[in-house]
Amino acid sequence: MKASNAKRRYLTQRVAISVLAVSLALVVIPVIGIIIYMIANGYSSLSWEFLTASPSQAGKAGGILPAILGTVYLMLGTILFALPIGVMAGIYLSEYTRANWLTRLINMAIVNLAGVPSIVFGLFGLAVFVLGLNLGMSLLAASLTLAAQALAMTITTSREAIMAVPKEYREGSLAIGVSRWQTIRHVVLPQAAPGILTGAILAMSRAAGETAPIIVVGAAFLVGGLPGSPFDRFMALPYHLYTVSAHIPGMPSEIKWGVALVLIAMVLLFNILAGIVRIKTRKR
Amino acid sequence: MTIGNLVTLKTDPANTRAAEDGHCLRLQQVNLYYGDFHAVKDVSLDIGARSITAIIGPSGCGKSSMLRLFNRMNDLIPSARVEGLVEFDGVDIYQSGIDVVELRKRVGMVFQKPNPFPMSIYDNVAFGPRRHGIRNKRILDEIVEKSLIQAAIWDEVKDKLGQSGLSISGGQQQRLCIARVLAVEPEVILMDEPCSALDPIATLKIEDLMRILSTNYTIVIVTHNMQQAARVSDMTAFLMVGEDRAGMLVEYAHTNEIFTNPKNKKTEDYITGRFG
Repeated sequence: MKASNAKRRYLTQRVAISVLAVSLALVVIPVIGIIIYMIANGYSSLSWEFLTASPSQAGKAGGILPAILGTVYLMLGTILFALPIGVMAGIYLSEYTRANWLTRLINMAIVNLAGVPSIVFGLFGLAVFVLGLNLGMSLLAASLTLAAQALAMTITTSREAIMAVPKEYREGSLAIGVSRWQTIRHVVLPQAAPGILTGAILAMSRAAGETAPIIVVGAAFLVGGLPGSPFDRFMALPYHLYTVSAHIPGMPSEIKWGVALVLIAMVLLFNILAGIVRIKTRKR
Repeated sequence: MTIGNLVTLKTDPANTRAAEDGHCLRLQQVNLYYGDFHAVKDVSLDIGARSITAIIGPSGCGKSSMLRLFNRMNDLIPSARVEGLVEFDGVDIYQSGIDVVELRKRVGMVFQKPNPFPMSIYDNVAFGPRRHGIRNKRILDEIVEKSLIQAAIWDEVKDKLGQSGLSISGGQQQRLCIARVLAVEPEVILMDEPCSALDPIATLKIEDLMRILSTNYTIVIVTHNMQQAARVSDMTAFLMVGEDRAGMLVEYAHTNEIFTNPKNKKTEDYITGRFG
């Protein structure tokens, strides 16, 4: 009786582990598959010219430099607005609010903000930044729009990182007559910085991939020359990819995959960067 | 909240060491609540300047809560409420207009778990003075050295001031935390079970240090360890939980008295190890 029980337990365990392993494989294999497929199909289009020239013949020839630069500017613009506001809101939420219904409501609103479809942010940006503030269809309007979308993430990660700083550090500082703000500024923030930074980098890489909202607020398929001012219209990799894939007849497929490859490489690069930041700081 | 209001907390060191009758800290019929929970009930006691006062009692009897009355550390808990009079240097420190930051500068605190900041030993000690506006490198150097010497740890760390405060042993970390408090030149040092995370040798070092510091500072220490209270303190306060689970002061007297001739039966039971 006892022996058969043990046998059954052993079998159940084997089955459970197998199911888990298969699930993992189901997740990992497609990801690797996509990347391999993309490299295999897009590799031939990658060249120095592809990365450093402007497109010609409606993107069928030339390069994608304006789109790469546009995406880089968008990422920087997004973080320029989303990080400071996100950190400040995170500080306020974690350090200065009390747990009451209003705080719960605000937290719920932030969580829901993350769930708003990106095209809705596009419409919001069109109404508020392009038309309302009269910024026009521009890099600036698009950065602000993507920043609004990224806020949910930067606020949440900042708040979590700040709350993860042990209370002993705060107490040690407050107990020697250091003010609350100085404690936050000199003890809490340096401790929370890696977490905040990781969140910011991930928010940036997500902004890099957004397509729908930027179409509404200023992305263009072909712009003469590189973006020169924040008020210019701009090209961006995801929108370029969408257009060459869906709207240009006779587009060589290696160009589509080449654009996708460059976009994925940029996003991956940022995710790896976030990982490095996290590992480096865990060692400390 | 401004410094101007602080005139009430006298700043001339000559007058500040003690009020006229020699006491430095005073509780008068103090009650402390956390929401509905009555943590400290009706406690009155006077603590003399430049002495060591031990607060002893079983777990959960409100010792730490009582200690945290003196630097208003309970303020960090939103539901905490204090009734009665808490005086430092003859001033009611719970009256409106008291600058809590200034109060905590003068009434420093050392915690149960050594909590050096994750920065260098030097920066740990210089942290308080820097926040209080001292920028001059030479003055900071002097303060850091003086504080580390006072905390009896200078010889052990003088060659590695740039190393992380977390890289030294637990006992050293606790003395570093004491140095960090001394660096802002307080008058009172509150110690919340400062040795409970330390081995016996590190504990003895801290106790020796307390004896030396008590010639210049008023020290109040919460301890679980009765032998420690007996070894180190001048006065002992024994706290216990009443029927309503609120912490009450059972007996407060000279340490000799408490340990050799306690007036209260409960005190005797506790110190002879019959409970707790």
